Amino acid sequence: MIAFKDLHKIYIMGEERVAALDGVSLEIAAGEHVAVVGPSGSGKSSLMNILGGLDRPTTGTYRFDGEDVGGFDDDELAEFRRRRIGFVFQSFQLLPRLSALQNVELPMVYAGVSRGERRERAAAMLDRVGLGTRKGHKPTQLSGGQQQRVAIARALANGPDLLLADEPTGALDTHTGEEVLALFGELNAEGLTLVVVTHDPDVAAQARRRVTFRDGKIVQDDAGVAA
Amino acid sequence: MNLIQLQRAEASPAARRRPRRDRAAMPWIELVRFAAGAIVAHPMRSVLTSLGVVIGVAAVVMMTSIGVGAQKQITSRIASLGSNLVIVQPSAARLGGGGGFLSQGAGSGISLRDGDVEAIRNRVEDAVAVAPLVRSQAQVVAEGANWNTRVEGVTPDYMVARDLGLASGRMFDDREARQGRKVAIIGQTVAANLFGSSDPVGQRIRVRTVPFEVIGVLEAKGQSSFGQDQDDVVMAPLQAVRSRLVGRRLRGDTVMSIYVKAASDDLVDQVQEDVTNVMREQHKIQPGDDDDFSIQNMASVLQASQAALATFTILLAAVAGVSLVVGGVGIMNIMLVAVTERTREIGLRMAVGAKRHDILIQFALESVALSLVGGLIGLIIGVLGAFVIAKVGAWPAAIPAWSGPLALGFSTLVGLVFGAYPSWRAARLDPIEALRRE
Repeated sequence: MIAFKDLHKIYIMGEERVAALDGVSLEIAAGEHVAVVGPSGSGKSSLMNILGGLDRPTTGTYRFDGEDVGGFDDDELAEFRRRRIGFVFQSFQLLPRLSALQNVELPMVYAGVSRGERRERAAAMLDRVGLGTRKGHKPTQLSGGQQQRVAIARALANGPDLLLADEPTGALDTHTGEEVLALFGELNAEGLTLVVVTHDPDVAAQARRRVTFRDGKIVQDDAGVAA
Repeated sequence: MNLIQLQRAEASPAARRRPRRDRAAMPWIELVRFAAGAIVAHPMRSVLTSLGVVIGVAAVVMMTSIGVGAQKQITSRIASLGSNLVIVQPSAARLGGGGGFLSQGAGSGISLRDGDVEAIRNRVEDAVAVAPLVRSQAQVVAEGANWNTRVEGVTPDYMVARDLGLASGRMFDDREARQGRKVAIIGQTVAANLFGSSDPVGQRIRVRTVPFEVIGVLEAKGQSSFGQDQDDVVMAPLQAVRSRLVGRRLRGDTVMSIYVKAASDDLVDQVQEDVTNVMREQHKIQPGDDDDFSIQNMASVLQASQAALATFTILLAAVAGVSLVVGGVGIMNIMLVAVTERTREIGLRMAVGAKRHDILIQFALESVALSLVGGLIGLIIGVLGAFVIAKVGAWPAAIPAWSGPLALGFSTLVGLVFGAYPSWRAARLDPIEALRRE
């Protein structure tokens, strides 16, 4: 499904050229559960940004189901993110003004889904992540674990092909973190492709495949301990 | 059916083909909802932000109402005075030049004589009425009631020249005028103040110490173009007023102004020219020397005052418009703050699929909405304010029909112009940076 070929990402900082990604080639098949690990500055965030269509590689190709995502313009990337990618962030990134339900609706608004259908689907999503009774709550009225589950429901709203999670349990305690991971496990079991960027060995251990980055290169690509 | 299958099943065949671009953009109504949500989220801030535009628009509406009101009033007043009227007055402005100043002396400004009136009457063909006038301010008494008013000494022609009508009684005739009979026509204001609701015709009044008999009451005429109450007047034969009331200061044949009415509008210029020639001859003014009288026709007064008032209106509106610009700067300021505050929100919206122009339009709409709501409130306040000015103040205020669209148009423009930069800043944010912002 995903094919990176000889990907480079170079940032120019003053006089210096910093290669955040230095020739990365990677393939991820549909239905995989991949953990991307490595120390900070190793390039895993850059990979994640390119993978999610938030950024473009400097050189190299990125194909997603055969489409040349690396060559998309801003609007095409927005379109790509909307249709294909669900993001889960460490800090949840819920809009504080909106209720849980409205937060989940947001991606569908940009997809042009009608109000009634949006509401129905968002409610179904929240039921699915176990927050059926908290639909009207504002993020501040929810615990961290609940907020992350709202964020996951939002990520799933447009039926993405790929769920991208960046340290999804980083802001959660062990117990709620495990709940979120269990939810990821279920989603993956249902067929959703999952890429998780993490420092946490427990999170990485849950993935079936682990890709290790160092200095912008993949240094290891192996199967982790299956959950 | 599990969640993922549920989602996939809902995707139509068209969606599964996945064109790289879909042309069906998100509906505008959603962007309007986003903008409205952001405005409602900070009610106090939104109100304060709009306040600048509220004040600006209210000021513009009120100022244009004042200007247009004045314009309208002056037009109708001058028209009611008679636009085919030519008025000759002595010119006080003979300053400078050889010996001019010394030769003037006290009262030398008054240079119109009965002879001039006669000459005009005889020699200006297209004049239908030639009416001399003297004027004085005097205390008028009737049965203990007391009123200070303008006393005008006139001839019957004055009624024709000024298009005056009588509400009751009669005008004195030429014979009475020549004899200087002590009869008077009084205006509505004088009648009301001296006689209340009883009929003044046949009553006696004293003007200063001189007794007059009231023989007529003028029709109400309202304010003049110069703010004078035209009903606050006592009219009496020229001879009587000149000799008994202002005589001490005047030579026996002096008049203060001469009203000449042209037979029609087209003849006004001709009449003015003829009158000028007659007057120059009468006063033996050498070619090249300045007139010692001034001559005006109401059409040119009307034009001049309209032009002046139009300038005045534009000036007022421009000054008020400055506050609208200040209001716009306030909006820009708050929108810049909002973009900074909501950087993460912008990043998140982009991450879930908002295009740059979705963000641009959302913030532009927010700015326009703030400005437009301010404009709407300002319009209401401005219209009410204009009404209050019209009612309470002496100033006539008319709200022109175009002030509504103008106010709303301008506030939309202000919102667009001053919202453009903040919106552009929001739209060009890098989603990665934006999401990382604390």
